[in-house]
Amino acid sequence: MHVELRKIAKCFGALRANDAITLTVPASTILGILGENGAGKSTLMKIFSGFYSPDSGEILLDGKAVRISSPADAIRQGIGMLHQDPLDFPPLRVLDDFILGRRGGLIPNRRGAAKEFKELALRFDFSIDPDVYVDTLTVGERQQLEILRLLWLGARVLILDEPTTGISLPQKEKLFATLKKLAAEGMTIIFVSHKLEDVEALCTQAAVLRQGVLVGEMLPPFQTKDLIEMMFGKEVPLAPKLKLEPGKSVLAAKHIALDGIRLQIKGVDLEVRAGEVIGLAGMEGSGQALFLGACAGLAQPTEGSFCLDEDEHDMTGRSHHDFRREGVAYLPAARLEQALVAGLSLTEHFILSEGMKGLFIDRRKSEELAASRIALYNIKGRPDSAVESLSGGNQQRALLALMRSPLKLILVEHPTRGLDIESTIYVWGKLKERCAQGTAIVFISADLDEVLQYSDRVMVFFAGRVSPPLDSGKLSVEELGRLIGGKGWEALQGATEHA
Amino acid sequence: MRDNRSTRFAFQLGAVVLALGIATLALLAAGAQPIQAYRNIILGAVGSWDVAANVLVSWVPLLLATSGLLVTFTVGLWNIGIEGQITLGAIFTTWALRSLQSSAMDPALVIILAVLAGMAGGALWAMFAGALKTFGGVNEIFGGLGLNFVATALNLWLIFGPWKRPGVASMSGTLPFERALWMPIAAGSSRLTPMTLIIAVIAILAVYAMIEGTYFGLRLKAVGKNQKSAYILGIPTWQHMMSSFAICGVFAGLAGAVQVTSVYHRLIPSISSGYGYMGLMVAMLVGYKASIAAPVALFFAALNVGSIQLPIVMKLDSSLAGVLQGTLVLFVILGQGARGRLLKKAKVRT
Repeated sequence: MHVELRKIAKCFGALRANDAITLTVPASTILGILGENGAGKSTLMKIFSGFYSPDSGEILLDGKAVRISSPADAIRQGIGMLHQDPLDFPPLRVLDDFILGRRGGLIPNRRGAAKEFKELALRFDFSIDPDVYVDTLTVGERQQLEILRLLWLGARVLILDEPTTGISLPQKEKLFATLKKLAAEGMTIIFVSHKLEDVEALCTQAAVLRQGVLVGEMLPPFQTKDLIEMMFGKEVPLAPKLKLEPGKSVLAAKHIALDGIRLQIKGVDLEVRAGEVIGLAGMEGSGQALFLGACAGLAQPTEGSFCLDEDEHDMTGRSHHDFRREGVAYLPAARLEQALVAGLSLTEHFILSEGMKGLFIDRRKSEELAASRIALYNIKGRPDSAVESLSGGNQQRALLALMRSPLKLILVEHPTRGLDIESTIYVWGKLKERCAQGTAIVFISADLDEVLQYSDRVMVFFAGRVSPPLDSGKLSVEELGRLIGGKGWEALQGATEHA
Repeated sequence: MRDNRSTRFAFQLGAVVLALGIATLALLAAGAQPIQAYRNIILGAVGSWDVAANVLVSWVPLLLATSGLLVTFTVGLWNIGIEGQITLGAIFTTWALRSLQSSAMDPALVIILAVLAGMAGGALWAMFAGALKTFGGVNEIFGGLGLNFVATALNLWLIFGPWKRPGVASMSGTLPFERALWMPIAAGSSRLTPMTLIIAVIAILAVYAMIEGTYFGLRLKAVGKNQKSAYILGIPTWQHMMSSFAICGVFAGLAGAVQVTSVYHRLIPSISSGYGYMGLMVAMLVGYKASIAAPVALFFAALNVGSIQLPIVMKLDSSLAGVLQGTLVLFVILGQGARGRLLKKAKVRT
C-alpha cells in the first residue's frame, strides 16, 4: 500500500511533538524511522495507527485521504501496529489471542481460524503451537504471533516499534527475513528504531526525526556519520572542564548482574569517588535505569555486590531505605509518579522527607522549614501549594530541595528533561554545589551534550551491553552517538558481552 | 463551570434531590403515599425521646465503624472486611464476659476487660486481611469478604454449638448476661448508654486529630495518595498499611463490643447489624473526611430507626431506608464524577 503522511502536526500543551511532518512511503518499502527519545517517532506512529488524532495534517492510503479514528479503525483500513511491548493476552491460549480482534459473528470459527493460523505460520516458517498459553512464549514468539494476527486481520501496512529489543539473534534474523518477504509481496513496512545497525541491515529508506521535525531522509547506502549527525545535531565545542581530584570511594559496584523485564545486564563494574559525576548514556530501556535503581537498592542484583564507602560497607540485598539512611538519594524521572505525592503540599513533602519525629505536627517549625527551602531553591510556589500545581522546572527544584544533607551519593534520572534553559542551568548549579561538598553523582540522560558537558566519566548502555567507564574528555558527541546506536563496540576494551 | 464551593454544594444538593426522587418512585410503585411515608420516617426518628434515644444507640456503632474506615481509606485501602471485624469484636467480648462472669471480679472491671478483648479481636481479624494483602498478595477486598464469611460462620457455630442456650439453641442468640454486666443505661431510657456516646465521640475526634494533625496521619495520606513516591520519600509503606488495618480493627472491635455490652447483652447471629457496610457508605458520602462524618452518620442512623415505623404504621417494608441511603451515595459519587468531567472540559476550553 502506498502511504502518504502530509504535514502531520500534534502538540501536547506547549510541546510540539510533531511539527508538519510529511513522509511518502511507496508500497514494498521498508522505511526506518530513526531519532532519539522524544524526537516524535512514537507520536507519529500513534497518529498513523489511530491512537491519537492529529491537530492538523492528512493521511493518504493509495492516494485517498482517510480518517483513522481508533486502532480498530486503523486495522480495518489495513494499518497494523506491532507495539514495543506486545499487546497480547498472556493468560489466553495462542489461538484465542489470534482470534481476538476479528470482527463479526457470535461464535468464533475456531477450526477455520486454526487452519488459517497454521497456514500463515508455515508460510513464514514460524513454529508456534496454537494450543499453548501466550505467557509460555518468548518475546520473539509473541512478536511472531502479533505479526500473524495483524496479517490475518488484513494489514497491508505494518508498523513495528523497536521490535528488536529483547529478542534473540536468530529470532531477529527470522524477523528481518519475514519483513523482507512481506515487502517483496507489496507490503509497506515502517520500522521505528534507534539501532543504526538494524536500520542499515533491513531498510530500503530511512527518515530521521529530531524534536518533532523531519530533519532528513536517506536511501542506501546509508552514511552512518550523517545519520548520527541528523539524530543528535552538530557537534558543539565544549568548554574545558575543571578536573577535580578524585576523592575517596563512595560506591563500588562489583560484577553486577541484573534481570530486567526485557533485558539482562551482567558483569558491570563501577567505582564512584567523592565529588565525581558519572553519566549513564544510552537509548531509553537499554539497562541504565535498571542499573541506577539497583545502585539505590530499588532492584536487587542477581550477582555481584554493592559496597558503600572506603571501608567497603556491604549493602548488597539491602532495601532502598537502608541506602537512604546511608546517605544515598534517588531522584526518579517520573516526578509526579515516583517522587512527589500529588495532593500534598510542599510543606507536607518537606515534613515527610525530613522524617520529623513526634506525635503532633509542629506547624510553625514545618512552615519555617518549607519557607526557607523554597527561598533557598528559588521554587515558584507557596508552602501550601500542591506539588502538582507547580511547573516541571519547579517540581524538579522541589526534588532537589527535598534532598537531605549530607549526602554521599545522588542518583538522578534525566535531571533536566522537559526543563527550560534557565532551570537546566539552575539544576546543574545545585548539583555541582553538592559535588563541591564531596557528594558523588550518577545520572542518566538522553541528551548527549549534557552527558559530555557534566560528567567526568561516561558509561554507555546498549541492548544489555555496558561499556566500562570512559573518560568523557576523550569522547566526542559522534563517538558517543555511535556507541549508543550500537556501533564501535568491538574496539572497546572491557565492555560486557551480551547477557 | 468553575471549581468553587457553590458548584460543589449545588451538585450535592442535586444528589439529595435525585435520591429522594428515586425513593419516591419506589414508594409510588409500592402504592404508598410518599409524603406520608417520609412523615412517618421523620416521626419515627425524632417523634419522641424514646425513638431519638434509639437513633443514638444505632449512631454509636455506625460512627465507630466509620471512624475506623476513615483510617483505612486514608491509606488507600478498602477494608470491606470490617463486618467480620465487628463480629470478631463481639465474639471476643462475649468470650471474655463468659469467662469472667462467675469470677469474683468487680463487674465494671469485667466489662472493661471484655471491651478491650473485643478491640483485640477486631484488630486480629483486620490484621489477617492486612497480612493476606501484604504477604500473600490478596486484594484486601477479596480477603476481607472471605474473612466476613468465616466470621459469620464462626459466630453461628458458637451460638448453635459451644455457647448455645441451655436446652435448645436459638436464632435469638446466646443466653443474655446478667444485668450487672450491662453497660449502665441512662435513667428513663430502655437502651441508651451514655458511656458509649462518649466513646464514639472520642473515637471520631481521635481519628480526626490523627489524620489531620499527626506525622503518622500525614504519612498515611502520602501512602494512600502515591505508594511509590511515599516509599522514595522514606516512608515504610507496608508497615503503615498494616497499622491502619490494625487501627480500623480496633474501632470495629469496639463497635462489636458495644453491641454486646450495651445493645443486645448477648451474642446474636447478626451482631454486626450491617454497620460495617453502612460505615463504608458514610465514609464515601463524606468524601473520606472525618470532620463531617458524625452528623452524616447520625442522619443515616435516623433513617434506619425512622424507617422501622414503616411496616408498623403503613405495612411497608423498612428497607426503604436502605434505598434512600444507597441511592444517595450513588448520586453523590456520580455527581463528583460528572463535576470532574465538566471541570476538565471547562479547563480544555480555556
